[in-house]
Amino acid sequence: MTGTEIAKERKAAVSVRALSKTFGQGDYAVTALDSVELDILENEFFTLLGPSGCGKTTLLRLIAGFELPTEGSISLQGEGITDKPPHRRPVNTVFQSYALFPHMTVAENIGFGLRMLGKPTAEIKQTTERMLALVQLEAMAGRRTDQLSGGQQQRVALARALAPAPKVLLLDEPLAALDLKLRKNMQLELKSLQAETGITFVFVTHDQEEALTMSDRIAVMKSGKILQIGTPRDIYDRPTHRFVADFIGDINILEGTVERTDGYLATVRLRDGSMVSAHLGTASARSGNVSVAIRPENVRLAGAGETPTLTGVVENIVYFGAATNLHLRLGTGEEIVIRNPGAVDEGKYQPGATIGAIMQPDLIRVLE
Amino acid sequence: MSDRQPPSALATAIANNRRSERATRAWLLAPALTIILAISILPLGITIVYSFLTPGTYGGVTWEFSTDSYVQFLFQRDIFDDTLVFNSAYVSIFLRSIGLALGATIGALILGFPTAYFIASKPREQRNIWLFLITLPFWTNLLIRTYAMLLIIRDEGIINIMLMKAGIISSPLTILYTDTAVFIGLIYSFLPFMVLPIYASLEKLDFSLVEAGYDLYANRLKVLFHVIVPLAKPGIVAGCILVFIPALGAYITPELLGGGKKLMIGNMIAMQFGASRNWPFGSAAALILMALVIVVLLVNALAARRGASNNG
Repeated sequence: MTGTEIAKERKAAVSVRALSKTFGQGDYAVTALDSVELDILENEFFTLLGPSGCGKTTLLRLIAGFELPTEGSISLQGEGITDKPPHRRPVNTVFQSYALFPHMTVAENIGFGLRMLGKPTAEIKQTTERMLALVQLEAMAGRRTDQLSGGQQQRVALARALAPAPKVLLLDEPLAALDLKLRKNMQLELKSLQAETGITFVFVTHDQEEALTMSDRIAVMKSGKILQIGTPRDIYDRPTHRFVADFIGDINILEGTVERTDGYLATVRLRDGSMVSAHLGTASARSGNVSVAIRPENVRLAGAGETPTLTGVVENIVYFGAATNLHLRLGTGEEIVIRNPGAVDEGKYQPGATIGAIMQPDLIRVLE
Repeated sequence: MSDRQPPSALATAIANNRRSERATRAWLLAPALTIILAISILPLGITIVYSFLTPGTYGGVTWEFSTDSYVQFLFQRDIFDDTLVFNSAYVSIFLRSIGLALGATIGALILGFPTAYFIASKPREQRNIWLFLITLPFWTNLLIRTYAMLLIIRDEGIINIMLMKAGIISSPLTILYTDTAVFIGLIYSFLPFMVLPIYASLEKLDFSLVEAGYDLYANRLKVLFHVIVPLAKPGIVAGCILVFIPALGAYITPELLGGGKKLMIGNMIAMQFGASRNWPFGSAAALILMALVIVVLLVNALAARRGASNNG
């Protein structure tokens, strides 16, 4: 099932239409978001992924209400919230710096949202206790926040944002400050927390691995635009843009010319003359010069008697336990990487040797 | 006993060395100690001694022990039968001064907090300009600034002329030589002392905490009172103390703007050393004022400690 198919089945929690945001004016104007269209679905773990400065945090801040858009609209479950201030949006944020109130205890922090909503004391107490249990911090209720470890502060920030039961939870690179091991744990914890609460999570990160592990769907952003929206598999296996392919995982990109197209398939002549058939996907380029991409794990060494797709000289062999990367220099000067599961026969494959590679035909994609 | 040895040469050397170190330290501290003694402890000591003496006929003191100065603060000695009758004159001057100083502190807080917030919310490179403007009045003598204030608020001053030209009032407002004038003057004189410490604590404020407040359903006012003010509390307390204490002992402002008709503590004390020629009573009043200030500081210190232990 592709991302667009899912979108038709479920209701949108957040709908973003033609949203643009420009900072500054005149010659100093910087476009942070450029007419973004986006539907984030109910109960979805949605990730905005991109390098720093791609506009992902701006988009999150626009949804939260901390910034007002220059153009376009945002609606929450069908209700327009474009001009509403943050305190009137049933949306809560987990900040990158956690932004815990230092003059309050852990319990007071968690109860803050409900207190501001004017909920009865008994309800605040009950919800706070439930939240403390949810993030396993019951013993810390009376502590001051600066007495907690980074991971604990992270959990308090989560509990505080979840306590008022927001319709959408926004997370701004919440794991960036944690060390690797804690980050891995928190990734799983966040994912199960999302499943448990059923709240829509919008997660901002620049870490592609994090995005792939946690998300139901990912939007890859660059320079204020969304390049591709899809499930982690869509994004990884069927990247539409060169940038997406390059940003997520390793990829081999080769230049070529479209010879002919047949439905979803294009026959592409690579620069060394070999012909491959590649998926067109949503690529608009249906003729002329194109880039085709294939993951290193989808290129294999040609066995004896097989006709290789490509031939090149081995430049480097990098062994890392589960797999071995062979870096191959083609006759055209282009480089491709073959990921071979396990080790390779060192007698046969050595730097300087000329070898053949076979690209799995159904896993080659034409990029925008 | 036989195993008790005389101190070894090494031990003696170490002891000597330690002694000479202590001596060096004492010498290095001497200038600072002298200054503290000369400008702080000595005058205070003289004031304390004078407050327990008898006034001389033409000013100065006669060396005769008496607690009359302190008695005089609260009671009046009946000329005929020598009984003590409660006298509210001086207490009321103190109360008036405390009232005016408190009012000025609150006024300065109401004006100073938004000012400090305004500066702290400016881009970093613009803040220094604003801070410079805040401290600019200090470049001129307080006396001259107070005279300038006198020109502004008097009956024919800028404020009255403008209000009358605008047709808002038909006859000038009498501000000068009233409590209002003293109040305005005190706020004007000490406002920077309120702005600067509050700015210092607001400048350190993590703005994402304010955003977190808005995000968690607090409107502007709630964010102000639940997030910004509690976090700026150290600056607010420092500012209040820095305004309250000098305002309590103010001399120039009530003298010029109050017209010397209604006294504040400072004027009363000055009068004892001048026209009234009662140095011991002036000293006693000064010490009572100081005691008052110490009480304020102690209360604040206790509150701060209680706050710290509550959080801890």
